[in-house]
Amino acid sequence: MKKLIVVILLAAAPMLGLAAGGGAHLDDADIDLGDQASLQRGAKYFMNYCLSCHSAKFQRYNRMAKDLGLTKEEVINNLMFTTDKIGDTMNIAMTADKATEWFGSPPPDLSVISRARGVDWIYTYLRSFYLDAERPFGVNNIVFPDVGMPHVLWDLQGAQKAVFKNEKDSAGNDIQVFDHFEPVTPGTLSPEAYDQVARDLTAFLSYIGEPIQMERRRLGVWVLLFIAVFFVFAYLLKKEYWKDVH
Amino acid sequence: MSMMKNFMGWLDDRYPMTKVWNEHLAQYYAPKNFNFWYFMGSLAMLVLVIQILTGVWLAMSYKPDAELAFGSVEYIMRDVDWGWLIRYMHSTGASAFFVVIYLHMFRGLMYGSHRKPRELLWIIGVIIYLAMMATAFFGYLLPWGQMSYWGAQVIVNLFSAVPVIGPDLGVWVRGDYVISDATLNRFFALHFLLPFVLAALVFIHIVALHKVGSNNPDGIEIKKGPKGNKWDANAPADGIPFHPYYSVKDIAGVAGFLFLFAAVVFFAPEMGGYFIEHPNFEPANPLKTPEHIAPVWYFTPFYAILRAVPSIAGSAFPGVVAMFASILIMFFLPWLDRSPAKSIRYKGMLYKTMLWLFVIDFIVLGFLGTQPTTDLYKLMAQIGTFYYFAFFLLMPIYSKMDKTKPVPERVTE
Repeated sequence: MKKLIVVILLAAAPMLGLAAGGGAHLDDADIDLGDQASLQRGAKYFMNYCLSCHSAKFQRYNRMAKDLGLTKEEVINNLMFTTDKIGDTMNIAMTADKATEWFGSPPPDLSVISRARGVDWIYTYLRSFYLDAERPFGVNNIVFPDVGMPHVLWDLQGAQKAVFKNEKDSAGNDIQVFDHFEPVTPGTLSPEAYDQVARDLTAFLSYIGEPIQMERRRLGVWVLLFIAVFFVFAYLLKKEYWKDVH
Repeated sequence: MSMMKNFMGWLDDRYPMTKVWNEHLAQYYAPKNFNFWYFMGSLAMLVLVIQILTGVWLAMSYKPDAELAFGSVEYIMRDVDWGWLIRYMHSTGASAFFVVIYLHMFRGLMYGSHRKPRELLWIIGVIIYLAMMATAFFGYLLPWGQMSYWGAQVIVNLFSAVPVIGPDLGVWVRGDYVISDATLNRFFALHFLLPFVLAALVFIHIVALHKVGSNNPDGIEIKKGPKGNKWDANAPADGIPFHPYYSVKDIAGVAGFLFLFAAVVFFAPEMGGYFIEHPNFEPANPLKTPEHIAPVWYFTPFYAILRAVPSIAGSAFPGVVAMFASILIMFFLPWLDRSPAKSIRYKGMLYKTMLWLFVIDFIVLGFLGTQPTTDLYKLMAQIGTFYYFAFFLLMPIYSKMDKTKPVPERVTE
C-alpha cells in the first residue's frame, strides 16, 4: 500500500513543475532576503525611483524600519518623501485620473506585485527595457510588451536595443523572436552594478510582498521540530496501548 | 473520585453522557485491522475544525466589500497579530480538506465502503462533498483577487448556460449582471453559514457510520463474524473499542498530518501557485480578463470535463450537464458494484486495473483542468471524460465478470 502512495505522489509531481506559465525566458533573480544591506539599498531605490508613480499602499514605513534594521530617524530623514508620519503606508500623491491621463492606465500598486508576477519576472523586467521609437516613451519591454511605463532607471543602465531573429512558428508563419540586447549608450553603472540594483529592488519588492516571510520560515523550523517530537511520543503511546491487541 | 462519580451520576440522570460516550467511543467496536487510509476520516474532522476556527477569526477582520476586501486580506496578513498564520492555515486548510477527502473517498472505492449496508453512509458522504465544494467555491471569491473574480464569473456563467431560465438564474445567483459587491456580500454570508451545515452533515455521517459499523480493508462484516472479545462477550471478536485504541492511534495520525500541514503553511503557503494562485495577488478588475482562468486544483478534474464536452448550437450546456453528472453519478455507486467481494484485496485484476486507471484518469483530468486548451489537451480531456463515466457506468458489467479471490471469515493482520 505504501508503494501505491508513492506512485500517486510521483504521478502528481510533474504537475507542480508546470504550475508556472510560459512566456519569455526569465533570468534567475537570485535574491537573498537575509542580506539586509541589499534590502536597504532596494528600499532606497524604491523610494527614489518607484514611489512617485507606484504606491505600496499596504506597506507601513515603521514596519519596514523594524524589519530592515533601520531606525525611525533614518527612515524619516532619508526614505520618506510622501508623508511625515512613520506609521503611514506608502501612498503617492498622483491620482488615478491623472495617471490615466499621463500613462494610459494607473501604474499598479506594488505591495504584492512580487507575489503576482514572481521575483524572476521583476528582475528580468527591470533589465529588459529596449529602445523602440514607436512607443510613447521611446522604450518597450521584452517581458511586458507595449508596457506603458518609461525606463525610469535609464540613466543607471543606459540605453540598449533588442536584436530579434527570424523564426517560423508552428503554423509556418514568420515571427520575430528576441535573441539578445546590444548596448547603445552606456549608463552611469556597469552592467554588473546595474544587475545588482535590479536585484536589490527585486529583493525589496519581495520583502514588501510578504513582510513576515523570513519570520515565517524561522518559526516553521521550530513548529516542525515540535510536531516531530510530539509524533514520537504519540507513536510510543499508540504502541503501548496496542500491545494487548492481537 | 467519589465527587466525580456523584457528578456523573447527577449528569447521567439528566443527560445520557456516559451512554453516548460508551456507544460512540469506549464501547464502539471498530475492526482491529484499520490501516493508513483509515486516518482520513478523523483528519477530515480536524481540518473542518481548523477551517471553522480560523475562518471565524478571519471574519473578525475581513471586509466583504468590493472596495475593501482585497485590502482587508493584506491588512490581516500584515497588521493583525498572527493574522498571516491564521490566513495561511485557512488557505492551506481548504486544499488539505480536499486532499484528505479525496483519499477518504478513494479508501471507500478501494475497500467497498459504499457497499451494503453502508449505501446511505456513502450518500451522506457525497452530500458532504457537495457542501464542501459549495463552501470552497463561495470562499474563493472572498480575497477578491483576479482569479477569485474571474473564476466565480466562469462558474456562475455555467448557470446562465441552462436553457430558457439560464440568464435569469445567473442574475439571481449573482444579484447583479456581473460578479459585483452584491455577489461578494452573499457569497460571504453563505461561506459563513455552510461550514455549520457541513458540521451537522458530519454528525449525521457519524451517526450513520455507528449504526452500521465501520468497514475495514478486508471488506468483512465483523458483526457477522464470531462474538466475544476481551472487553465484551457479545461484541465482535475482531472488534476493538474505538477509545482508547483508535483515539491514541489517531493522535499519531494527527501529528503526521500536522507535520505536512505545517510544512506547507510555514514554507510553501502558495504551494507553487496551486493553493494560492498567483493572479489572485492582483485585485479583482472587471475590465481586465486574465489570459488564462483556471479554478483551484481541487475543482480542475470537473473543469476539464466541462471543457471536454463540445458545445451544441453555441450553448455550453452539454458540458455543464456532464460536469454535474460527473459528481452526481457518485450517488449511484453503491448499486453499480456487483462484485461478490467488497475489498480490492479479494477482487480480480479487472477491477484493480479499472480502479487504478480511474485514479490516473482523475489526476490527468485535474492537470488538464489547470492548462489552457490545446487540440492535444482537448482530445486527452475527452478520452479522460469518456473513461471517467465508463468507470462508473460499466462497473455493473466488469465488476461481475471479474474473477474474485475467496474472502476469509476473519479479518487479516
